[in-house]
Amino acid sequence: MHTITILPGHDRHGNPETFEPLHLRPGDTIAIVGPTGSGKSAFINDIEVFAQGDTATGRRILLNGAPPPEQFVRDPACKPIALITQTTKCLADLTVGEFLAMHLRARKITECDLIERTVALANEFTGEPIRGECRISSLSGGQTRSLLVADAVIISNAPIILLDEVENAGIFRDRVITCLKKTGTSVIFVTHDPLVSLMSDRRIVMGHGAVLAVLEPDGSEAEVLKRVTEIDAYLSSLRERLRSGEVLNETVVAA
Amino acid sequence: MKLIIVAGPPSAGKTAVIRQILRHLPEKSAAYLKIDVIYATEDEEIASEFGIPARKVISGDLCPDHAGIMVLSDALLWAGKEGAEYLIVESAGLCLRCTPYTTESLGIAVLSAIGGTHSPYKMAPMIALADAAVVTRIDLVSQAEKEVFREGIRDVAPDIEIIETNAMVGTGMRYLMKMIDALHEITDAAGITLRGSPPLGVCTVCVGKKQIGWSNHFGVVRRLDSAGSLFRGE
Ligand SMILES: Nc1nc2c(ncn2[C@@H]2O[C@H](COP(=O)(O)OP(=O)(O)OP(=O)(O)O)[C@@H](O)[C@H]2O)c(=O)[nH]1
Ligand SMILES: [Mg+2]
Ligand SMILES: [Zn+2]
Ligand SMILES: [Zn+2]
Repeated sequence: MHTITILPGHDRHGNPETFEPLHLRPGDTIAIVGPTGSGKSAFINDIEVFAQGDTATGRRILLNGAPPPEQFVRDPACKPIALITQTTKCLADLTVGEFLAMHLRARKITECDLIERTVALANEFTGEPIRGECRISSLSGGQTRSLLVADAVIISNAPIILLDEVENAGIFRDRVITCLKKTGTSVIFVTHDPLVSLMSDRRIVMGHGAVLAVLEPDGSEAEVLKRVTEIDAYLSSLRERLRSGEVLNETVVAA
Repeated sequence: MKLIIVAGPPSAGKTAVIRQILRHLPEKSAAYLKIDVIYATEDEEIASEFGIPARKVISGDLCPDHAGIMVLSDALLWAGKEGAEYLIVESAGLCLRCTPYTTESLGIAVLSAIGGTHSPYKMAPMIALADAAVVTRIDLVSQAEKEVFREGIRDVAPDIEIIETNAMVGTGMRYLMKMIDALHEITDAAGITLRGSPPLGVCTVCVGKKQIGWSNHFGVVRRLDSAGSLFRGE
């Protein structure tokens, strides 16, 4: 079991950050919010490289209370962290099955049901079915993201996943959060998405390159979360109906 | 003087990596030399961005790595006169057969993670004779491909230091900077030699004979069925 601790650094002008050491335990979800340029990506990059005061932010990241062993930082196959960004792509011209098999080979894993399990999990995350025979290059953005998250959980077996603005269309964010919680995976979302922000256990607010606040839900946002969940389900259903060729000519009751 | 030699295919991210190195080094402690075949502008960019002495050499009809070796001792003198503590050489490394790394230097191979999972094999000498392989554009590829790429480098050079980075941001560079901080002063500039063996002799293609087929040539000839499967540059 891994606990990640984030120790404060400083903002863009060198003023120290004031947050208490932040612990990320198995199954925790954290959302990072803030305007563009506020330091959200720098925050998760710090975690990804296990910064030791040697990045622009001066933060330090500990694994189980200490700086992690070098191999955990350097060898992607030992690293407990998987980072998936908007720009992360599978470049190989392979089928989904071949791609996952390539990853298994690189890790020298021989369990043969992992490919099916990964594809099945990816399909829980997206409404557009992915099959093992699909070519990677023909997957949509949502399908690719879903596959990469499933690959991180099942094949990389990464206890910590960092998702940099991957909420965009075609992926059921609520299911990703619920599933990752179930598997004990810790997740940090950089997000502009109300559903992801409200569903997370904690919310970090960024500004001027620093953590401005760490918010913990006290139940006061429950009603808004309920409403956002309904709106999200409504939008998903519209998306599915449009995809199947329906005309949406019903009357809509104003909210 | 300390010597850092950076090589890698076109657009691999060599200059991006060098910018990160320059940000790490004490201000104005380095001189920069770019060796390219046809065209280069980095010397002007680096000079104006970092305020350090910078020059370029266009190798034209010479292999850029050969041109680099020819000018290197002059370049060390030039960097010394400019008061630099480090000389950073960026080589276009176009032919993938030669390598520019010398003794008494830190040799850095830069390769791009989006080059495809076979690219480490295609650049075997450039990687195998280097001290560090810096893999750029790690921000753009999936975890699976990162791991496969790393395995490829390990196959070619089992003991090399591998540094994966988004060179635009400088993530993961700390281990490269450690190597740079541990770099020794050149002790005997006149005794510096190439690490790898240069390509064999001069073949008759080099001197301008255009006919195809080994039977039209003499000196060093090669038949189809005498080829090996991987060349590491020793
Ligand atoms: N996303 C991303 N872009 C990069 C990275 N490294 C370099 N680039 C971009 O790739 C382009 C080429 O990088 P350079 O550093 O100029 O490459 P080079 O090897 O010096 O190129 P030549 O000297 O012209 O052969 C630039 O536009 C860089 O901004 C990286 O790690 N990630
Ligand atoms: Mg360049
Ligand atoms: Zn050459
Ligand atoms: Zn020749």
